[in-house]
Amino acid sequence: MLKIESIKKSFNGLDVLKSIDLEVDKGDVIAILGPSGSGKTTLLRCINFLESADGGTMTFDEDTYDLGHVSKKEIAAIRKKTAFVFQNYNLFRNKTALENVTEGLIIGRKMPRDKAEEIGMKMLEKVGMADRRDYYPHQLSGGQQQRVAIARALAPNPEIIYFDEPTSALDPELIGEVLTVIRNLANEGMTMLIVTHEINFAKNVASKVLFMENGYVLESGDAKTFFENPKEERTKEFLRNVTREE
Amino acid sequence: MSDRLVGILIDSLPKIIIPGIKVTIPLTALSFTFALIIATVMAMVQYADIRGLKQFARFYIWIFRGTPLLVQLFVIFYGLPSLGVMIDPFPAAVLVFSLNEGAYASETMRAALESVPKGQIEAGYCTGLSYLQIMRRIVLPQALKTAFPPLSNSLISMVKDTSLAANITVAEMFMATQRVVARTYEPLALYIEVGLIYLVICTVLTRVQSWGEKKIGSYENV
Ligand SMILES: Nc1ncnc2c1ncn2[C@@H]1O[C@H](COP(=O)(O)OP(=O)(O)OP(=O)(O)O)[C@@H](O)[C@H]1O
Ligand SMILES: [Mg+2]
Repeated sequence: MLKIESIKKSFNGLDVLKSIDLEVDKGDVIAILGPSGSGKTTLLRCINFLESADGGTMTFDEDTYDLGHVSKKEIAAIRKKTAFVFQNYNLFRNKTALENVTEGLIIGRKMPRDKAEEIGMKMLEKVGMADRRDYYPHQLSGGQQQRVAIARALAPNPEIIYFDEPTSALDPELIGEVLTVIRNLANEGMTMLIVTHEINFAKNVASKVLFMENGYVLESGDAKTFFENPKEERTKEFLRNVTREE
Repeated sequence: MSDRLVGILIDSLPKIIIPGIKVTIPLTALSFTFALIIATVMAMVQYADIRGLKQFARFYIWIFRGTPLLVQLFVIFYGLPSLGVMIDPFPAAVLVFSLNEGAYASETMRAALESVPKGQIEAGYCTGLSYLQIMRRIVLPQALKTAFPPLSNSLISMVKDTSLAANITVAEMFMATQRVVARTYEPLALYIEVGLIYLVICTVLTRVQSWGEKKIGSYENV
């Protein structure tokens, strides 16, 4: 469904992504793991064009794009099939929970308001936020904001959702409610790419793992194999360290 | 207070208030409206980093913030005629007040636009909105909320600053007061009287401001 080949990105001479390949099939839940600064966020931002990559190709469904030279039109077309969930939620501060979910439908996709609101309410119900439809972001807890953000991501029925550390800005007691929502999506077969430091969550939910270090993919593949039988020495060390922390 | 003084104060009241309603308030309202339009455009071209226009905006703001309002009034009203450009007092005053306030308000608006976090814009893109849709639906409303209190302050300042237009023969409230003083020789009482009228107008505007702040959105920019 989505294939990225040799994507590269540097920030003023610092090579952050050094030729990364990535393949996503429909229904995959891929956990992107790796130490801080390894380029995980940059990878997600580049494949959703929040950052422009220096080179590489992307094949989305049938279409192939040169990541070094994508037009605004192509970007808009690709974004229509994707959604992004940010670490710090980024809900529109001047919109209620429901408006946050319907904005992209009504304004971006020109959907009639009543139809958009019907979808919006369905998505809010899905994340358990229907009773807060008229609340503004500042009236919601971090976990609630993130759940609304997930509803916003779901609303246009994307083919894939990218998550950048969806729980790392949350107080520990609020992490569970967000992870539960994501786990439910995985069970429904939603295709997701999730950068996370929650190793147990990755173990339970991910079907594949991509382990990054220093702008490279050090090890990738089936999640079960990755956690039970890692090949690389560095991966073993990483897993030892993170499990010791917990 | 002597009966004569009370009589003067009462007689002068309509003579001061009518120019207030006919000149001071329209002068302020027109100038402030134009200033807001100028400011929004100037702030947007800087925010969107439109080459050429951005430099023009910086230059304009530099000139109008860096020179006294009174000097600007004199240049336009007394200076331009020597180049053959004659502007009537009232439009000349509107022009200068609009441009002067526009320069200050541009900076207020620009700061307000820049205070909207980049994440709001990124979320807009990821939600399938275009740049213009993001500006109109997300960034501008949030910026206006931030800019509302300082802009209200500027409006209140402008009401008082319009008294400077008396210097270019605009028959606004202050000039009307000067005329009464010239006939009656009661400067203390009359200037206090006009001062109180300005105070009443500004008090009303302050009330409108607090009402507006509540009205402009029950959300918070946090
Ligand atoms: N906009 C930027 N300008 C310059 N350097 C950047 C920028 N964004 C990221 N970097 C650098 O790129 C490297 C990778 O950053 P990135 O945020 O992708 O890491 P990460 O794997 O997401 O880390 P973390 O787990 O801490 O979120 C870091 O060295 C970072 O300093
Ligand atoms: Mg990151």
